[in-house]
Amino acid sequence: MTSVLYDVPGPRARRRNGILAVVTTVIVVAIVAFVLWRFALSGQFEASKWNVFTYTTVWVQIGTMLLNTLKAFAAAAVLSLALGFVLAIGRLSEHKWVRVPVAVVTEAFRAIPVLVLMMILYYGLPTLGVKMEPYWAVVLALMIYNGAVLAEALRAGVESLPRGQKEAGYAIGLRKSGVMMLILLPQAIRAMLPVIIAQLVVTMKDTALGFIITYHELLYYAKLLSTQPGRPILQAALIIGGIYIVMCLLLSWFANWLEKRTHRSPKNPYVAPHDPAADDDATMTSVLATQDLGQVGKQ
Amino acid sequence: MTRGEGRVDVIFENLDLWRQGIGFTLLVFFFGGLIALVLGTIVGAMRVSPVPIARAVGTLYVNLIRNTPLTLVFFFFVFGYSALALPNLSNTVLGIMAIGVYTATYVAETLRAGINTVPVGQAEAARAIGLPFGQVMSLVVLPQAFRSVVPPLMSVIIALLKNTTVAAGFGIAVFPLLQSTISNSHTRPGTPMEVLLWVAAIFVALVMLLTWLQRTLENRWRIAR
Repeated sequence: MTSVLYDVPGPRARRRNGILAVVTTVIVVAIVAFVLWRFALSGQFEASKWNVFTYTTVWVQIGTMLLNTLKAFAAAAVLSLALGFVLAIGRLSEHKWVRVPVAVVTEAFRAIPVLVLMMILYYGLPTLGVKMEPYWAVVLALMIYNGAVLAEALRAGVESLPRGQKEAGYAIGLRKSGVMMLILLPQAIRAMLPVIIAQLVVTMKDTALGFIITYHELLYYAKLLSTQPGRPILQAALIIGGIYIVMCLLLSWFANWLEKRTHRSPKNPYVAPHDPAADDDATMTSVLATQDLGQVGKQ
Repeated sequence: MTRGEGRVDVIFENLDLWRQGIGFTLLVFFFGGLIALVLGTIVGAMRVSPVPIARAVGTLYVNLIRNTPLTLVFFFFVFGYSALALPNLSNTVLGIMAIGVYTATYVAETLRAGINTVPVGQAEAARAIGLPFGQVMSLVVLPQAFRSVVPPLMSVIIALLKNTTVAAGFGIAVFPLLQSTISNSHTRPGTPMEVLLWVAAIFVALVMLLTWLQRTLENRWRIAR
């Protein structure tokens, strides 16, 4: 195997790599052993620490909290996609009075930390007489932030398309909305699908911020469990952490799978350079027919 | 709660708190960033190394931490650490470690992606003219990788700056904590909304500054190539 960084290893390099492998193993084993030793020493493996997880009600509660997390994620994902489309189309507008304000708003939304947005919605709005449920504070804050990020991704996707796509759309008589809806956005979405899914993984992770503004989600329940008899802080964090990791890994794998699938698609203009021979016959015939007609007209 | 005459009272009557807020935010930002850069470079190097075990450990670390919410990493460090009966560390130190460990995965991925942008032929050509490993790295591969790494690395740093706010949820006196400090005291002026809007404005300004820096660096390196 050759790479940018190293050549195919010779006998000396192989020996050195062997030594490095042993050193890495020793360091990693030492770190893991140290953590496990501290766990054992502070009695983290004792049955009393894990006792709460033997109750069915605890698991039912974890299920409820998981549902709350997923509820916030689902609503935030759908709403942020909708906002992303609106902001992206606004920013691509040909009218300056639409484009400039939308650009300013998008940049501001992207710059404000999600937690600050959540706190503005949850702690700030009551000052103005608007009371908001933690659920809506989480969902709306995630919608605002991720909507702006997705808008930038979609805009980048549209702008990366060859200009001929748009011109061809106008040439066959489509209006601005038609060119956007039928030609530009479908290609931009396909090109940006991995980015969009990666942003959805971020959205999923950021639902955990709801814990700070008292939204009853998984992490909030981990905190609650840690006050139970035996104070199983690490145990609760490990189990809830495992659930998060599994959820995010599933979404990430889905993203990878989707990326591979779209890359295999012959329709994707970013993988294979355009090959005229791949054009289907009908198109070529109609182009020829049009040219013939043009010549007839000239005569 | 007493209300001040002007809108700026929330700043000037609470100047001590704002100074503390900016101090802690920068503290978490710089030291978290330092840990992230050092640890991220090590993990990134592991992920591109010729040693399979190092690659596997690096991949495991990146995949585990990247799929854990930052809030949960904080939870582990700030609440979990005390359960291990180790020497006492302040929440701020633990928070810095949490944000460093979390951001290191993004630094590692950025570095790895940067090295992967250098075509293999570059290194092969360098080896073909007889350059030793050190010179292949320092003269050919790393200068090219560096240029493609700078813009995404700045994005990671901008994200790190925004992530410092999460520390407020764990009692570390970064900006958003001002809101609860001011609300809980009955003598300080300012409504939660005023405080939080100022915090948001500060972050917009800081992010704009870093974005400007990112564009400047990006343009400089692009010309050099």
